[in-house]
Amino acid sequence: MTSYAKDTGSEFPSVSSYRDLKVQESPGYWAMVRKRILRDPVTLISAAILLVIILSAILAPVLAPYDPYVGNIMTRMKPVGFEGHLLGTDETGRDMLSRLLFGGRLSLIAGVVPVSIALLIGGSLGITAGFFGGLVNTVIMRVTDVFYAFPSILLAIAICGMLGTGLFNTLLSLTLVFIPPIVRISESVTTQVRNLDFVEAARASGAGSFALMRYQVLPNVLAPILVYTTSLVSLSIILAAGLSFLGLGVSAPAAEWGLMLNSLRQMIYIDPVLAALPGVLIFATSMCFNLISDGLRSAMDVRLKV
Amino acid sequence: MKHDIIAEPGILEVSNLHVAFGRPKDRVSVVNGVDFSLAKGEVLGILGESGSGKSVMLRSLMGLFPRRTHVTGHVRLAGQDLLAMDKKTLRNIRGRDVSMIFQEPMTSFDPVFTVGRQITETIRRHDGVSEQDAQARALELFELVAIPSAKSRLTNYPHEMSGGMRQRVMIALALACRPKVLLADEPTTALDVTVQIQILLLLRELQREMGMSVVFVTHDIGVAAEVADRIGVMYAGRFAELAPTRAAILTPRHPYTRGLLAATIHGQQRGDHIETIPGAPPNLAHLPTGCAFAPRCGRSVAACTEKMPEMTVFGKTHMARCYNPEPSQI
Repeated sequence: MTSYAKDTGSEFPSVSSYRDLKVQESPGYWAMVRKRILRDPVTLISAAILLVIILSAILAPVLAPYDPYVGNIMTRMKPVGFEGHLLGTDETGRDMLSRLLFGGRLSLIAGVVPVSIALLIGGSLGITAGFFGGLVNTVIMRVTDVFYAFPSILLAIAICGMLGTGLFNTLLSLTLVFIPPIVRISESVTTQVRNLDFVEAARASGAGSFALMRYQVLPNVLAPILVYTTSLVSLSIILAAGLSFLGLGVSAPAAEWGLMLNSLRQMIYIDPVLAALPGVLIFATSMCFNLISDGLRSAMDVRLKV
Repeated sequence: MKHDIIAEPGILEVSNLHVAFGRPKDRVSVVNGVDFSLAKGEVLGILGESGSGKSVMLRSLMGLFPRRTHVTGHVRLAGQDLLAMDKKTLRNIRGRDVSMIFQEPMTSFDPVFTVGRQITETIRRHDGVSEQDAQARALELFELVAIPSAKSRLTNYPHEMSGGMRQRVMIALALACRPKVLLADEPTTALDVTVQIQILLLLRELQREMGMSVVFVTHDIGVAAEVADRIGVMYAGRFAELAPTRAAILTPRHPYTRGLLAATIHGQQRGDHIETIPGAPPNLAHLPTGCAFAPRCGRSVAACTEKMPEMTVFGKTHMARCYNPEPSQI
């Protein structure tokens, strides 16, 4: 290859004279993301809280002072701070702290797993539909619309009822429920991005469909899809709780926040603080997911100047 | 790079190009029979109103069409017909033998990658060189288009650059694989006037140095006069006039070209009304059978409404589609 760097003529100042001038160099992408997150206290605090919740769920067998499934009828419905039971006991005398720790395991799984799988499937379908358009788009989107015809909770109940109870079937039904909205979101952002000039510019430089999807479309649609998806995690925890309540999800003795919330419901006049505890944890977890997703979106967007 | 073009009359040969959008029953014909030949090292400027088919014609020169486009005719680049080849060959040619500078430097870069990455990507795609070699070439290209502190600029994201700077990057990107033909779609329209002239001078300089052929589209007659060797004036998807720059501007033969020239602003016109062409361009879905310009033309004769006039050659290289052309001396 011949060198391009020839003298370009007298109209221009000699390039070599300011060739080594330093402008502010852009830091690497991940360095920039890290710097922005470290400057964002809301995201940091949410991440810390979520980390504590996740760790305590993982370490539940070590941390829990009692067996979460064995109650003592003598110490039923004791309030928060009762001697020996830091967070009191539930209606059958089981230690609340232990149950909440163990409950975190099932709830976090019910929140994260269906949404992640739905993100993979729904995201691929939506991006494909948006990118290729035409017949592909029509087929994928109309099939999605069929699922949309049912309210999400009813659809989950119907699928669960058909498949039977158990954790696996709960996860499966929730996954199916979350695919259609993710397909829709991905399709709409992909349609927007694929019509932007830089996609055509890339095509003009010789990029094929796969390269366009991988380098032009995917990085530009990932952020909005991820943000939407993280907001579904909280919904997923709550839906899983609802299914358990109806006897379609995990069944009674199991420790799960939604199930606990429902069974403590009757105690709300006796000890409202105790009855609210699982709800507080569901709320805290969902809030943390939402705030983190929001923080990530601003940190990962190269277009935003900070 | 050592293609034998002596056997070919031009590096780019376009014949009988028609482009239409939409389904057969409500078809809109945007390009209605374009023929031209571009010599090696020649700069062709294409002028015309909005909607005259300039940009669509330019894009079809590298086979870029939106969905549901009906194309007929031939676009031959160094003897190969771009419209007849398979997609893979076409992709290999895009960006390597023929590349394009887009109008909007603001939106024509992928916002999530650094500009350096976007250039090295293209170089590696077409030449299969190592990352280091590609980076070295990207740096040379940046210096070629006179971007200060090129090395650190390569690590910038598109939003960190100004419009003029980005247009320079776009030119660098278009030149990355030493194309035979460079297409430019209003390369200076989105820039402010002081930057426009810098970019134009840069383009002309690079074109001469690299011996490229250039087709560029513009609204601005001044720009065309500054840069082009030959000017093509498009109206309703056809060339109304195709002539060497000097002849097109000094002695236009087609009434439409004359109207366009009369509608530009000159220094001595202060206080006068600017001449205009009455009416509006025709609806491309229902083109008149005769000359598309006849309804707005002050010189139309009976034949004009019956049949589209053929390209008539005046002198050696001056061509216009008109039954009643302007006199050769004003």
